[in-house]
Amino acid sequence: MSALTFLIVAVIKIAITIGVLLTVVAYTVWLERKAVGRMQNRWGPSRVGPFGLLQPLADGAKFLFKEDVTPPFVDKKLYLLAPVLALVTALTSIAMVPIGPIVHLFGISTPVQVTGVVDASGHASDINVGILIILGLTSLGVYGIALAGWSSNSKYSLLGSLRASAQMVSYEVSLGLSLIGVLLMSSTLSLTGIVHAQFGTYFGFIPHWNIFRGQFIAFFIYMMAAFAETNRIPFDMPEAETELVAGYHTEYSAMKFAMFFMAEYANMVTVACVASIMFLGGWSGPSLPFLPMVVQAFLPLLWFSCKIFFFLFLYIWIRGTLPRFRYDQLMAFGWKFLFPLALANVVVTAFFVAIRA
Amino acid sequence: MHLFLFLLFAMFCVAGAVNLLIQPKTINSALSLIVVMGSLALIYLLLGAEFVAVIQVIVYAGAIMVLFIFVIMLLNAGAEEQSKGSLAAKVLGIPGLLAGCAIALGVFLKHRPQEELIPIGALYGPADKVGMLIFTKYLLAFEVTSVLVLIAIMGAVVLARRSDS
Amino acid sequence: MIPISWYLLLSAFLFACGVTGFLTKRNIITLFMSIELMLNGVNLSFVAFATRMGSLDGHVFVFFVMVVAAAEAAVGLAIIISVYRTRETLNVDRVNLLKL
Repeated sequence: MSALTFLIVAVIKIAITIGVLLTVVAYTVWLERKAVGRMQNRWGPSRVGPFGLLQPLADGAKFLFKEDVTPPFVDKKLYLLAPVLALVTALTSIAMVPIGPIVHLFGISTPVQVTGVVDASGHASDINVGILIILGLTSLGVYGIALAGWSSNSKYSLLGSLRASAQMVSYEVSLGLSLIGVLLMSSTLSLTGIVHAQFGTYFGFIPHWNIFRGQFIAFFIYMMAAFAETNRIPFDMPEAETELVAGYHTEYSAMKFAMFFMAEYANMVTVACVASIMFLGGWSGPSLPFLPMVVQAFLPLLWFSCKIFFFLFLYIWIRGTLPRFRYDQLMAFGWKFLFPLALANVVVTAFFVAIRA
Repeated sequence: MHLFLFLLFAMFCVAGAVNLLIQPKTINSALSLIVVMGSLALIYLLLGAEFVAVIQVIVYAGAIMVLFIFVIMLLNAGAEEQSKGSLAAKVLGIPGLLAGCAIALGVFLKHRPQEELIPIGALYGPADKVGMLIFTKYLLAFEVTSVLVLIAIMGAVVLARRSDS
Repeated sequence: MIPISWYLLLSAFLFACGVTGFLTKRNIITLFMSIELMLNGVNLSFVAFATRMGSLDGHVFVFFVMVVAAAEAAVGLAIIISVYRTRETLNVDRVNLLKL
């Protein structure tokens, strides 16, 4: 396809992806409030619209119209840069994620992935180092938090952001190591390749997913490290309201606070996408031949959405259930338990891959 | 297109490097260095080195510079004290610097032979080929650097500990 | 199509900025950042020459330079923290107890 066609298709894909992602982020907030409310034996939002479904719109309007207080003692440039950095890295990761197979529309074939193209032999291909780019964007997300605390020029913010940055950097190591087992088994760094390596089934009904192929422990290491990366319960000491007066986003109000909020939920969605691609087979799932063709075309998207929804609900479920770790328990857990376990997982996986070769 | 991209990223590199020198506050110098590293990663992509580019972002911009920013925040490093520059240095130095650059550029432009033009992405450096080299031809260097990193970890932990125990 | 000398000029400029920063700056942390800038300039030179000579050995060397730079940054910053704890200053001119 020519360069202009590629450009137009890419812009359309980006617009659709951003729209869908922001809607998912808004309604994850709704789902969280509802689900946590139900777990705590109360209703959650139920006034605004049926079942409170218009609550995110009301929240959006609130954030837009709230007074934007910029304290006089902050470092203005960094104060404005920090939420932008957090949000940009959170939203960009979704560009690498393959959401579905190749679609053919209006004479153009393209995979359902912002950075995906159809190569000459008709296969979907994307960036060769996709998973490393997602890890790099996770590393860059630490800057948003570090600069937010530093620029706020107040001791609670500084302490909160130092704690949050140290936590994120510590768990990034286990995050990366837990993914190496999957990469060894798929022998490719591109996300489309990893999805394609998980097609097929054992015995006709157990799918060929990585979680069933021996990466069970790696899956749990990844989930725990991802919970710590996104600063969610049980690892949310740096930003909880009862600790350190909301930590690094104490001095932020209205839209800038909303950007941090959106960045956190967008990171959750990215983690859910990466977990479902690496361990649960991405958009692969049983094909149901008894459905009409129109519905069958959307089946991969449906499987992917189900897996994303499962992970988001897991996040919310754990939030409603567990207490939070103390900071030294958190760091000890990351370095003394998860890191050796992830290393052991890499060694054992490499051993089995070498034997089979 | 290749020229435009190279000039854009090179401009970011140059601006970041100069900004690192002229900023009084340390945190702004650190952020300029991050900009330099990011633009260098993009220039590596222009040269086709995709593995090196991604490793540059993950290791340099994502870990080493985070360490620098931690230390700046921990030690509360504000603006650095500027000593008064000597007038002689300014009078002789800046014209001397410009003259030196002009001479170097003149010599370079005059003696430029038929140069090799590098197309975009000339040497494709994927992760598996680079990995194959690391683990076969440079295996000894790899093992030695892992021992070096282990020593560095132990050294950093020991040095940064409070000596009251 | 870019001539290779442009990449090398950029690398030389970054190295020169690093050396200038190393020689003129007074803050220890900025000194260290100038060292990192020098290392980055050298990395660009390695990759440019690897492309010119068509061998991936340059990329492997960049990998090793990055590992060494990481180790050096970790130990160097730990030393900076120790110096700050005893001397209460980040100015290299003030760390002059051994001066005659």
